[in-house]
Amino acid sequence: MAAEETHHVAKTFMDHLPVLQVVIPLFAAPIIVFIGKRSLAWPIAFAASAAAFVISCILLIQVLDGGFISYHVGGWAPPLGIEYRIDAANALVLALISGIGTVVLPYAYESVKAEIPKKNHTLFYACFMLCFTGLLGMVATGDAFNVFVFLEISSLSTYVLVAQGANHNKRALTAAYDYLIMGTIGATFFIIGLAMLYMATGTLNMADLADRIADEGTNRTIRAAFAFIVVGMGLKVAIYPLHHWLPNAYTFAPSAVSVFLAATATKAAIYVLLRFMFSVFNPSFVFEEWTLYIVFIPFSLLAMFAASFVAVFQTNIKRMLAYSSIAQIGYMLLGIAMLNATGLSATLVHLVNHGVTKAALFMGVGAMMLYSGSAFFNNLNGLGRKMPLTGAAMVASGLSLIGVPGTAGFISKWVLVQAAFENGWWIIAIAIMLSSLLAVIYVWRMFEVLYLTAPDPQSTAKEAPLAMLVPMWVLAIACIWFGFDTELTLGSARVAADGLLAGSAGMAH
Amino acid sequence: MEQLIDWAFIVGHVNYWLFIVLMMTGLYVVVARGNLVKKIVGLNIFQVSVFMLYISIGKITGGTAPIFPVDLTGHIEPDPSIVYSNPLPHVLILTAIVVGIATTSLGLALIVRIREAYDTIEEEDILKIEREMTAEDNKEYGAAMGGRA
Repeated sequence: MAAEETHHVAKTFMDHLPVLQVVIPLFAAPIIVFIGKRSLAWPIAFAASAAAFVISCILLIQVLDGGFISYHVGGWAPPLGIEYRIDAANALVLALISGIGTVVLPYAYESVKAEIPKKNHTLFYACFMLCFTGLLGMVATGDAFNVFVFLEISSLSTYVLVAQGANHNKRALTAAYDYLIMGTIGATFFIIGLAMLYMATGTLNMADLADRIADEGTNRTIRAAFAFIVVGMGLKVAIYPLHHWLPNAYTFAPSAVSVFLAATATKAAIYVLLRFMFSVFNPSFVFEEWTLYIVFIPFSLLAMFAASFVAVFQTNIKRMLAYSSIAQIGYMLLGIAMLNATGLSATLVHLVNHGVTKAALFMGVGAMMLYSGSAFFNNLNGLGRKMPLTGAAMVASGLSLIGVPGTAGFISKWVLVQAAFENGWWIIAIAIMLSSLLAVIYVWRMFEVLYLTAPDPQSTAKEAPLAMLVPMWVLAIACIWFGFDTELTLGSARVAADGLLAGSAGMAH
Repeated sequence: MEQLIDWAFIVGHVNYWLFIVLMMTGLYVVVARGNLVKKIVGLNIFQVSVFMLYISIGKITGGTAPIFPVDLTGHIEPDPSIVYSNPLPHVLILTAIVVGIATTSLGLALIVRIREAYDTIEEEDILKIEREMTAEDNKEYGAAMGGRA
């Protein structure tokens, strides 16, 4: 869709799609609370997230040619009004978030019944919808302060969702508290950065910010703003030294929440980081001072090795997957630090592929927890044989986590290695392969426990309920599908990477 | 010779000094205090410092409240000679205050639940209980690396 065509006042239903996908789940949350019936909470939540998914798919198709859609909230034109701006980069992330949300909900139906007290179910789905809204909003919006508002909507509801695990293990409460403290510090750093940007430029619209920063050049205020924004968002992304909240939050949250968080929360934060680095501050600003090479490469390498190494020695499979997530975030940062189109598309593709892979793995663990009661390896002995379909889905997604050819994980690592060779960084390329070997070790430990140990004779485990199996297999098949058909993921990631690398020019009106 | 201390600079930037002092006080309290409620108080001070930063940057020297005079017919006639303060940062901070209240109340609610589950709100005691829980897990399931604390 050409830019000129979209700059009119929204008239038809189709014109309202960018805001509708955020507004529908936003309204679903209070509706669920006001109706207050447990039996209606789930259908409303599912309908809202399915609607958001359909909308984000339509938007993705519209912007795949490299154009963008600009929506003016309330008819107020930017830069004064709030603008929603959909281009290939955020349409891809929106599709991931709403897709995962839609797939997680059927799974959550059974899982929540087993793990959360009945009286909390209605509020759980309301909270889930708020979290969903916040993530979609912070990705869809083109207004810097709006990002903060949606970031806090999603974060606050995430703390509540993580704390719901308290029924199972009281450590969920302290995990949620730690996350609250660190998340709030991160978000507050982010608005300090925005305050400085506003002081320097007098605007909060991202496209307008980009123009003015490009005109004015850099000064100390803008540089300080950049530092605050990167550190603040880095806390949300769980960049290696700022990752302390992540393992506990993922381990002690209810299974359905772990699935959703692992696949979406850090990914939305990475998108915001990308958007600010490349679109608001332009790439030459970010890189001419060498900050990214100095900061990002060592940290991402540390994350890839240290976090994978720690993952190898875990006794709790959820904690192992959490540390593996920190390692995978390292790959995504490495892609950003390469600063070429291939590296950026590797980041975006890995964002989607890893989201799908990790969600499938957490789903498998959650299904086994129905019978084992915990996620410790010793309690999962031989469950792969007792639950063949769940086990098979975990094998498929586990292979994708390693990056075996023919799976989604291979594609993103392949593109990342290509990007490293483009820069002539063959040492980094070797590091990527070596750290994948660490992934082989911890994924193998999982296979060993699931298949090669004798099942507990007293175990009552049987195949997971259909409502859990279907979402799990949808994602497991997606892991394999995206390993062969890269048209959708890699194709849109390349368009998005080109748009981001065009810097502020990519945001021009 | 240049003055050793530029008083005009220091006094002219007094709002920034206040912001920095408050921000650092808040962050220090969050890090240094073991009591969970005191951590939330520190977090609050930290957030309020940012509100102050936003509000103070909206002030324009000699500026008055940004209310346009409206005559009886409802016709707005702004007087170009009057300087108005910038209302936008104030409006933004209204949103941030709401977020701050939500964070504080959620944090305190979590502390109530933590108190029920652990019977303490001192970080050291909680860490001790959790270390024991981890040690028990390790005895049962084998040692783990990277556990809590």
